Amino acid sequence: MARKHRIPLPALAVASLVLVTLALVLVFFVAPNDADQGFSQRIFYFHVSIAFTSYLCFGAGAWKALRHLWKRDPAADLESYVAVHQGVIFGSLVLLTGSIWAKISWGHWWLWSENQLVLFLVLFLFYAAYFMLRFSVDPGPQRANLSAVYALFGVVLVPVSFMAIRLAQHFIHPVVFTRHGAAFGGWILATYLVAQFAVILLAYTLYRVELAGKLLDLRIRALRLA
Amino acid sequence: MSTAEKYVTAAYCVVFGLVLLYVVIIALKMQRLERDVEALEEKRPSDG
Repeated sequence: MARKHRIPLPALAVASLVLVTLALVLVFFVAPNDADQGFSQRIFYFHVSIAFTSYLCFGAGAWKALRHLWKRDPAADLESYVAVHQGVIFGSLVLLTGSIWAKISWGHWWLWSENQLVLFLVLFLFYAAYFMLRFSVDPGPQRANLSAVYALFGVVLVPVSFMAIRLAQHFIHPVVFTRHGAAFGGWILATYLVAQFAVILLAYTLYRVELAGKLLDLRIRALRLA
Repeated sequence: MSTAEKYVTAAYCVVFGLVLLYVVIIALKMQRLERDVEALEEKRPSDG
């Protein structure tokens, strides 16, 4: 059931640590203060990176779910579950860092009138409910199939959440990526790109660690029954 | 430290605090798995 991964876990962990450290150095010591928001804009580098990473995790969870349903890949169900789990962890970080940023910029922890915020919350709660569904069914093919279908339905919310702010008539949440590219350049763009890559690598490392633990757990259970 | 600096620090502490908590939970789970492996090894009949 275990897949052969090319990059060993210790190498991934070291690379994540180095990149996250580099990103933090760039965020706090190299990137200039934003002309509009000042120092508080520095939350952006990790807030946006974490948001894209959570979308990526949900997308990966849906892809693995599709592989489970389509190819009957024996490892895909567990991989889908772990990817969705990572997505929910990073999703909770998006909500927490976003609330802190909102408090500084808008003076409110949360605004129900903002489509982008509410749609992300809906996406987060949808995937949080994935675990309730999964653990309410006994382990086996039925649970794997139900979880896969649910994970596939949820991924439809990802582009809706992403596009909400672009379609909204009224918004105060900033748009930084337009059809013409990023709305910033220089060190701000370089810092963002390093932070984005660092967060994706961190998420992949945590995914691999959790998956390794789950696979080991399954092997031990199988040995106990043997 | 200004208010903005306090909030930014809090945001980054939340991010890395939660990641650290996740790593601690996984480490505890790994410890449990290690104990399970040891228990299985003790049950296994000796080769020699």
